[in-house]
Amino acid sequence: MPDQNEWTEVISPKTSLLDLKLAELWKYRDLIVIFARRDIIASYKQTILGPLWFFIQPIITSLLFTVVFGNIAGISTEGINSFLFFLASQICWSYFSSSLNGNANIFVSNAGIFGKVYFPRLAAPIATTLSNFFRLIIQLALFLAIYFYYYFIKKDVSIQPNWQLILVPYVLLLMTFLGLGLGIIVSSLTTKYRDFSNLMVFGVTLLMYASAVIYPVSFLPEKYQYYIRFNPIAAAMESFRYAFFGQGTFNITDLIYSTVFAVVVFFAGLIVFNRIEKNFMDTV
Amino acid sequence: MAETAIKVENVSKLYKLGYVGSGTFRDDVKYYFDKLRGKRSEAELIAETNDREHKGNSEYVWALKDINFEVKHGEIWGVIGKNGAGKSTLLKILSKITSPTEGSVKYKGRIASLLEVGTGFHGELTGRENIYLNGAVLGMTKSEIKSKFDEIVDFAGVERYVDTPVKRYSSGMTVRLGFAVAAHLEPEILIVDEVLSVGDAEFQKKAIGKMQDISAGGGRTVLFVSHNMASVRKLCSKGLLMRNGKIAMIDDIERVVDNYLSSEAKQLFKQEWELKNAPGNDFVKVKKVEVKSANNHTLQNFDVKTPLEISIEFYNNYAISDKVYASLHFYSQEGLCLFDIGSEIKSMSNGIVKSTLHIPANFLNDGSYFINFNILDASGPKLLFSLNECLAFDITDARHDDLGYFAKWQGVIRPTYLPFTTEQV
Repeated sequence: MPDQNEWTEVISPKTSLLDLKLAELWKYRDLIVIFARRDIIASYKQTILGPLWFFIQPIITSLLFTVVFGNIAGISTEGINSFLFFLASQICWSYFSSSLNGNANIFVSNAGIFGKVYFPRLAAPIATTLSNFFRLIIQLALFLAIYFYYYFIKKDVSIQPNWQLILVPYVLLLMTFLGLGLGIIVSSLTTKYRDFSNLMVFGVTLLMYASAVIYPVSFLPEKYQYYIRFNPIAAAMESFRYAFFGQGTFNITDLIYSTVFAVVVFFAGLIVFNRIEKNFMDTV
Repeated sequence: MAETAIKVENVSKLYKLGYVGSGTFRDDVKYYFDKLRGKRSEAELIAETNDREHKGNSEYVWALKDINFEVKHGEIWGVIGKNGAGKSTLLKILSKITSPTEGSVKYKGRIASLLEVGTGFHGELTGRENIYLNGAVLGMTKSEIKSKFDEIVDFAGVERYVDTPVKRYSSGMTVRLGFAVAAHLEPEILIVDEVLSVGDAEFQKKAIGKMQDISAGGGRTVLFVSHNMASVRKLCSKGLLMRNGKIAMIDDIERVVDNYLSSEAKQLFKQEWELKNAPGNDFVKVKKVEVKSANNHTLQNFDVKTPLEISIEFYNNYAISDKVYASLHFYSQEGLCLFDIGSEIKSMSNGIVKSTLHIPANFLNDGSYFINFNILDASGPKLLFSLNECLAFDITDARHDDLGYFAKWQGVIRPTYLPFTTEQV
């Protein structure tokens, strides 16, 4: 008879809250990459333009924003070329929102696989985030190309890159934590109460209007400028744009607040996810 | 003494009936609050055993209750039981899809579970991409899949289509591809659900062969769930019979299968009445109905090769006694009437009359059947009396071992004696 220590695996009802089984997750790293690849490939299969859609989508959206919010509604972009302003905002925001949306559905959309085979469940949200990150990198390259065109060739004076550029990866990391953390919290709740998936349908759009995506914070009346500081995404958006354009508000306190918020949300998400994943097949 | 590969200790699983989550927020809060204080929740105390046939009073049900067993390294177990007996729940716990409410499961060795063929296949991706995807989902690393890639493609027989999206595959091809990936897993412990019931005959033969290689060659431990007694008998050495969420029996596979067949199915081989309480009316009263094997009258496990005798005896008090005859309606369990046949009309005097129907061997397909009898007056014809569902029995499958086809044989009947000739023209 082997004694307790020799078992390769023990399944029991109770585990600690933060037992994330990272070693096991590492063993499944190939799966994470394959999942992420699947998401990316599947999104442009049977299209003529293929991966070009990664570029078309932010450009069209930004053009639309420029016309609607910039020209028609007349939202000031603090002297920044409004197409560049909206392109930067749009890329940064869509990274967050697609990560949030993707992860918010993670249990429901993967119920088929989760119900038939075991693998560390965290692989799914990580893969979703990874595929969104890949898209972000491509779009960021596009943005930089256009950005440099305006800066070096058109000599656009409204563009003033500054030292905050080194914070760009950090801001994107914040967005990652926020998107992943909030997403898996929502998805964990959705397994039981589908109300949350209804909420998500318009919630993300509402959040966009409340997150300084289509306007700079300075555009708001004083009173609202105070409230928007409670939105951790707004500070990230502002910092992201500030780094490239040197316009707007860059406030280190707000960024620290966002950081704390993102870390708390991320760990809360992990804990909730960890609790739900064991029995979600019974409730989903 | 071989080492223990799987040890299941006191495993129980509690389910709540009805909708989860709608309007039960208060219950949920209460449940967690009870749990938090470390006591057994009220739910667990009032839960009932898993018995589908009786309507219970509690909203909570133990889908599994106190499951204990130990599988030795290299053994192949068949898990059988009626639908809803807890087989799937047990399987889900063993393969970590859901966790037990109580108890623990311990493994020694790498496990893989195969509850479905082709889990995670994505229609837009090609066969090649899906082999990697499915392999990774089942726990293989990329390099493992790469080293077996050609074997997998070859086994599935899809060389030509390996770069075609899977959504263009026929369903048979998809299944073959899925099984091929799974068959190349190399776990020490394998948990398999009814995956052999898919695919065509040729593929099944291959699949069964592969399963046998797996279990014979590598000294691997296999837990196999199936409704198909023929394949369970062939593949497994030990059996575990589940009933109402509990273990009913663990023994040699033959004995477990026999026990299952004779106890689980609702069977009614014979009914006999005294004259005073016999069903009937002033014209006729039924004395006895019976179904038995024509070869061996004590045998009660009929298979498709058993010739049957079905008989009815009745007291004939009808005035025009020479016109009375019986008709038999032969029904499948789903309520489909296979045939309706009348007995010989013969001049009989009042008294006890017996009519017997002979069904030859190899005529019926496997399945569950029941019988209705009618007694009629041929001159009308006029119905005198009918006795419904008075006999019920199962016919199990029996095949040549070398055929290698284990799925449910198609068709309502299986008249294998019909001449179906082949010649060169």
